Amino acid sequence: MININKNINLLNYDKSFKSNMESFKSNYVSTVQVNKEKNNQNSNISLGSPLIIAKNLTKQYNGKAAVNNLNLTINKGEIFGLLGPNGAGKSTFILMLLGLTEPTSGQITVAGFNSTKEPIRVKRITGYLPERLGFYEDLTARQNLKYTAELNGIPEREIENKIQEVLEIVGLDNVKNNLVSTFSKGMKKRLGIADVLIKDPQLAILDEPTEGLDIKIANQILDNIKILNKEKNITFLISSHQLNLIQKICSRIGIMSKGKLIGEVKIDLLSRGLFGEGRYIIEIEVSNITDEVLNKIKEIDKVVKVNKKDNVIEVISDEDIRPQISKIIVDNNLLLTRMNIKDSSLEEIYLKYFKED
Amino acid sequence: MRGTLTVFRKEISDYFSSKIFLILLALIYIAGLGFAFLSIQSIKSAPMSTDQALLVKVFIDELFFLKLYTVGEIKAIMTFNLVRFFGAFIPLIGILFGFNAINSERNSGNMSRILSQPIYRDNLINGKFLAGITSLSIMIASIILIILGIGFRTIGVPPTSEEILRIFIFIIICIIYGAFWMSLSLLFSVIMRNVAAAILTAIPIWLFLTFFWPFIAPQIADQIIPVTDGSSLATQLKNLSLSVDLLRISPFILFYESTAAIVDPTLGHFALRITESDLSKLIARPLSLSQSLLQIWPQLIVVIALAIICFAVSYVVFMKQEIRST
Repeated sequence: MININKNINLLNYDKSFKSNMESFKSNYVSTVQVNKEKNNQNSNISLGSPLIIAKNLTKQYNGKAAVNNLNLTINKGEIFGLLGPNGAGKSTFILMLLGLTEPTSGQITVAGFNSTKEPIRVKRITGYLPERLGFYEDLTARQNLKYTAELNGIPEREIENKIQEVLEIVGLDNVKNNLVSTFSKGMKKRLGIADVLIKDPQLAILDEPTEGLDIKIANQILDNIKILNKEKNITFLISSHQLNLIQKICSRIGIMSKGKLIGEVKIDLLSRGLFGEGRYIIEIEVSNITDEVLNKIKEIDKVVKVNKKDNVIEVISDEDIRPQISKIIVDNNLLLTRMNIKDSSLEEIYLKYFKED
Repeated sequence: MRGTLTVFRKEISDYFSSKIFLILLALIYIAGLGFAFLSIQSIKSAPMSTDQALLVKVFIDELFFLKLYTVGEIKAIMTFNLVRFFGAFIPLIGILFGFNAINSERNSGNMSRILSQPIYRDNLINGKFLAGITSLSIMIASIILIILGIGFRTIGVPPTSEEILRIFIFIIICIIYGAFWMSLSLLFSVIMRNVAAAILTAIPIWLFLTFFWPFIAPQIADQIIPVTDGSSLATQLKNLSLSVDLLRISPFILFYESTAAIVDPTLGHFALRITESDLSKLIARPLSLSQSLLQIWPQLIVVIALAIICFAVSYVVFMKQEIRST
């Protein structure tokens, strides 16, 4: 059994913190400047510093913990995925974040504002797309957004422009005067995203943003999220139980189960194939495996272990040694059918953690 | 405050464009104008009439304008005039304005979206309640004032300041009474997630208290203090006062007592006890406005208290309710 604990920094914040800060600093050096100029006056949080901090957050319903002693930090500029099966406490966590539910104990702050004590300030900079999203069906898309804008205290003269702007982002500007009751599910989700954007949020919380949508529309929404994250520096917290969605866009994910955050994973590490004790697993399929080849591969530096299964050789190593391996194979006049780094998909992690459920 | 105002504005515009508002408005206008027409007929025919009861009703005092609201009568189940009709119909408006206020927001998935905007949670319930009351007030005030206008044209003399004041108080009482029923159905909309369940609970309560309780209460009084032909006057009085006390459980009776005292100042203080044959024996002596008010004060306070209690309970329950997305 491969041990994946090293990669998933189990509640090891300091470490993931620093590495995140490093990676974001390098990735977004160019945008930090823009961000500083554009950013709302009410918060001077720069990219990479903590935006959401949850400390020992606990919520109990009738003595049963929906969220249990949760510690989590989400940094500005991240797309953070909250992954877990239904009933893991994701939605409860989000409701506490928005100040809609009071935690039994512990606290959570957004941009320095305590969600329980200063919910209005938190909600002013946070957009929320609920899982069960609803609009007033007898109003048009524009009227619905106008209501949200008014509730946010956006000045009357700016509202129309703002509505036009956000509807263009989600591609609904041509149907803005249609009743929401005529909208499809996908259109409603997109309107939901426009609804989130109209307040110029620093943080957008999307609860199951693509659930029940076809792939094309889901991808459109994901593209929107990526662009908004880059161009407007909106931090995203995406809660979902859909693995592929989380894997596609999130820079970091937290895995929740039974109210606890049981793991944190950095997606970029995953996609590089670093898996199991911080090592690479390379799979090679060749026409004919000889012991000679096996021995030569074993002799390469950094190789930890070589396994052979039929025509497939599995090499576990500390570094990506594919060039060396291919040279050995070619030198031995063997035909290379396939060679790849085994992608440690999130699914494996998911299955490992949720096996008991 | 901004939140409440925004919610209020949206709800008001929703009400005015909703079908239910237009239907209720049409009904109350038709009924109001109908009763006003009957009243005018009676007032006009009274001088030549041989019907003594009608004579007394119209000429018992000089507050002619108030007669517009009381003299026109229809006999069905019980005798209805405009005041009694309001007593039965205003609750329906209140219930229909409140029964889906909160639960429909919840069911449609708007609740969590709206509450995630930078407003306090009570802004939502306050805004909705205020919008409902305002719509209700506009409905009631407009029909009462229209009748006043018609009466002015027909009777030809301008109303006295006391009449105007009494009509104004009448409107206020109607609004308070409507507010009670609206907060009651608002309470159901907070407690019950199912919209149909909320209205199916509110309507029977209204039916029972308005149409059945006035018949049941005297029966109960008779069971507790039996009255026969040979009973002493003291026993009869006891029976009567118990029956009146029981009747007052129904807000309909409280409303009727208070409005009767205001718009029917001579007969008002006998509102529950008077019979047709007693009418002619009455000495015409209308109570002054302050005396009328003094008389209805307890009833009015109870209706106000009921409204406040219902609203307070729905407010507290709503504030404590968990906002779950599912």
